[in-house]
Amino acid sequence: MARKLLLEHENIPGIATFDVYRKNGGYASVEKAIKTMTPDEVTEEVKKSGLRGRGGAGFPAGMKWSFLDRKSTKPRYLVCNADESEPGTFKDRYLMEKIPHLLIEGMITSSYALGANTSYIYVRGEYMYVIRILEKAIEEAYAAGFLGNNILGSGYSLDMYVQPGGGAYICGEETALLESLEGKRGNPRLKPPFPAIAGLYASPTVVNNVETIAAVVPIVNNGGEEYAKIGIGKSTGTKLISAGGHINNPGVYEIELGLPVEEFIYSKEYCGGIWKGRKLKAVVAGGSSVPILPAGLILKTAKGEPRLMSYESLSEGGFVTGTMLGSGGFIVLDETACIVHHLYTFARFYHHESCGQCSPCREGTGWMEKVIHRIEHGHGHMRDIDLLVDVAKKIEGNTICPLGDAAAWPVASAIRHFREEFEYHIKYPEKVKNPKHFEIEPFVSERVAALV
Amino acid sequence: MAKVTIDGIEVEVADGTTILNAARQIGGNVVPPAMCYYTSLKDSGGKCRVCLVKVTQGSAKDPRPMPKLVASCRTNVMDGMVVQNLTSPEVLEARKGVVEFLLLNHPLDCPICDQAGECDLQNLAYEHGAAKTRYEEERRTFEKIDIGDKIKLHMTRCILCYRCTYVADQLTDNRVHGILNRGDASEISTYIEKAVDNDFSGNMIDVCPVGALTDKTFRFKSRVWFTKPVDAHRDCPKCSGKVVLWTKGEEILRVSARKDQYGEVKEFICNECRYDHKEMKDWTVEGPRHIDRHSVISQNHYEKIDLLKLKKEVERQLEFQRGNPLPEPNPTLNP
Amino acid sequence: MEVKFSDETLALVNKIIKRYPEGKQKSALLPLLHLAQAEFDGWLSPAVMDYVASILHIKPIEVYEVASFYTMYNMKPVGKCLIEVCRTGPCMLRGAEDIVAHIENRLGIKEGETTADGLFTLKTTECLGSCGTAPMLQCGADYYENLTNEKVDTLLDKLAVVKEHSTYMRSNRQEI
Repeated sequence: MARKLLLEHENIPGIATFDVYRKNGGYASVEKAIKTMTPDEVTEEVKKSGLRGRGGAGFPAGMKWSFLDRKSTKPRYLVCNADESEPGTFKDRYLMEKIPHLLIEGMITSSYALGANTSYIYVRGEYMYVIRILEKAIEEAYAAGFLGNNILGSGYSLDMYVQPGGGAYICGEETALLESLEGKRGNPRLKPPFPAIAGLYASPTVVNNVETIAAVVPIVNNGGEEYAKIGIGKSTGTKLISAGGHINNPGVYEIELGLPVEEFIYSKEYCGGIWKGRKLKAVVAGGSSVPILPAGLILKTAKGEPRLMSYESLSEGGFVTGTMLGSGGFIVLDETACIVHHLYTFARFYHHESCGQCSPCREGTGWMEKVIHRIEHGHGHMRDIDLLVDVAKKIEGNTICPLGDAAAWPVASAIRHFREEFEYHIKYPEKVKNPKHFEIEPFVSERVAALV
Repeated sequence: MAKVTIDGIEVEVADGTTILNAARQIGGNVVPPAMCYYTSLKDSGGKCRVCLVKVTQGSAKDPRPMPKLVASCRTNVMDGMVVQNLTSPEVLEARKGVVEFLLLNHPLDCPICDQAGECDLQNLAYEHGAAKTRYEEERRTFEKIDIGDKIKLHMTRCILCYRCTYVADQLTDNRVHGILNRGDASEISTYIEKAVDNDFSGNMIDVCPVGALTDKTFRFKSRVWFTKPVDAHRDCPKCSGKVVLWTKGEEILRVSARKDQYGEVKEFICNECRYDHKEMKDWTVEGPRHIDRHSVISQNHYEKIDLLKLKKEVERQLEFQRGNPLPEPNPTLNP
Repeated sequence: MEVKFSDETLALVNKIIKRYPEGKQKSALLPLLHLAQAEFDGWLSPAVMDYVASILHIKPIEVYEVASFYTMYNMKPVGKCLIEVCRTGPCMLRGAEDIVAHIENRLGIKEGETTADGLFTLKTTECLGSCGTAPMLQCGADYYENLTNEKVDTLLDKLAVVKEHSTYMRSNRQEI
């Protein structure tokens, strides 16, 4: 049975309330950190644990914390990125709804380590009911003396607030989040300067994902080295995977990094296999922004080794035969899914969410959406496929923030692995008039590796 | 001080100088084009992605190259930095791509657009663009609106450089227009009908790199290369009073501030100087204006006849008439 | 008619403004716009936005810019119940488009429109973070997940008779 560090108590009734949470060992990390450790010691434990950012980028959290400008006289801020808008990802909502105090405990311990006296949890506006749950939990924490002035008599004070967003995926990017927190349009800033030097209100700021901050709790409780023992290679600890799509048991699963992908998809403990007795066609392993992989390449790497759920194993093969762990939004497609239509929903998403500051993303996302729409409805030309690849190449790397890359990668990878399906839509416009065409007659490709 | 090498040419600049400004100190072809950057407007730059360059060596201390192309207008120089602009095929590919994206939703208005001849986008497209467009889809459109009674906004032509909002924020004390909506539905607008009447608002026309914001008093009056620009000034209590008068015969067709060789205005002018004095007697004329940029507008070589060039041209014609081969390259052409 | 928050809301407004450092009260703009939208018929008219600008001592154009940028702020009037169905990848894979078609049929309106009695507005949105319980929709602050055509019918029937319409600040969650 796999260890659960974050969701260990998810099914205890009343775990969302302070009293039940405290009875089950809650806020122990706050007491340990504030009473027995210095802020630098806490940062050291996080560094030792090898914790990587769980929002999608996978940047080592301890390193990010050490970049914080500690010489500046400006106040420091910790901002929690709960803007979860990456399609396929819903783990933060689950965590905040079920065990809100876990996040608050992690925030307090992390703020102590960073020397921040004010921290904000930026939650996407659509999660309004989750915001209310968090606000209630924060009130309980204040009442119990874990927030506010002179926490546990230590002299350390912390104020924590929840900030709602307004509905913008781009505000998940850390500098756009800070702009939104300042009450402006969510336009990403140019980096450098990095938020660790000049972030919120031009003061040193650290922005971390919900799951990253929640993971600080078991790291401080058990020690960084214990955390590093779980996992494989540089992918240490556990990760929350949001599994969705054509599987029998969609939901949030906490896995130890290094779990084989085949077990994750087919075992009854996790996704329970493909629904309706169908076969696997493709998987998007880490949220909509990562390359899509056909069945053959998601279960095994190009070298023939079994693919594992870890940062390294999923990236094996670069973007030619690999993908990324990303945010852990695991979307499964069965044999009746139309890759072109699936790609269209993502292209439409990125076009809708582009902030419009820089020309490649602003114009390019709209262009790709329109071309894919034409192909999908049988009005495409053969040259459109190479056009899409070229447009994706011209957007990638030339934008201010990674949204441009995130829009380009799905298009490039879908065409790389499923070119025949695009050609099918162009060659047989009559057959694709029915949106459910592959449910009537599944697409069989000569080129794609044998379906499992 | 920091040393930086751009396309093989080394220059020493003050700390905190951006790559673009360092290149401008060298001058000539190494200068990357810039559409949204404006030296005197804070926070401008970094958005259009036209000035992207490749940094092959970050600094002498840390020689790793930068992984992505960077915006030269917002990246500071570090001592020992090596930059590639035109010598890098990657940069040229990226620039071609960016120009294509800028022209995607841009209407084919050149035949009826007042900015033709002095348009940054025209110059850029001519140098780095493709001859045909690959875009077969519908372009986004907006209605033409008036921002105030002297400025016309053609939102279809706008490339969203944000310069006009910075002018309104930093030069005037009351901004009433801004950017609404998101993505390619973004538009510059006042949302509800509001007059832009602040006294320095006319400078929006000068900073706009394309024909999105144009002077209504000059609208459709003449193509800009048929006019004679002259430097002039008047005593103005509100601004420097230094302008360029665009004349045809004795008539002043329009008044604008003086732009330097990179299209940037150094001294902004007030609305009174721009709109209310269209008679020659209001102005003290200094002399013909030399346009530095090698655009269509500078083909009208009216300002002075270079006697040395004339002599060389006459000698060349005589050589040709005698039946002798012409000396190459043609010494009378501009470099 | 003058636009003004109720006393209760104004107390909450002042509490919100105190969350931020001195001089940074513009950070309160997004929360205040949610409150304003909930209090004034579910959308932001220019008069409402001017009022919010005056509370925060910022220019009206700064409020217009922010309100038009974010998708949750309605710049045009909406019905009493705003039904938003998610349509991105994972939801599409599990039948979101059929749900949208069913609602369009049932209410007699197309996506983006409001019913003649001003009760329902149907919109489609991008990923709402509920991919594991797809297909789903959001009405005000409430999520309704694991939808089938029957559940949608039950929900619409129940919402039609409820007096208090749902907003992002006020839940009127129904059991389906």
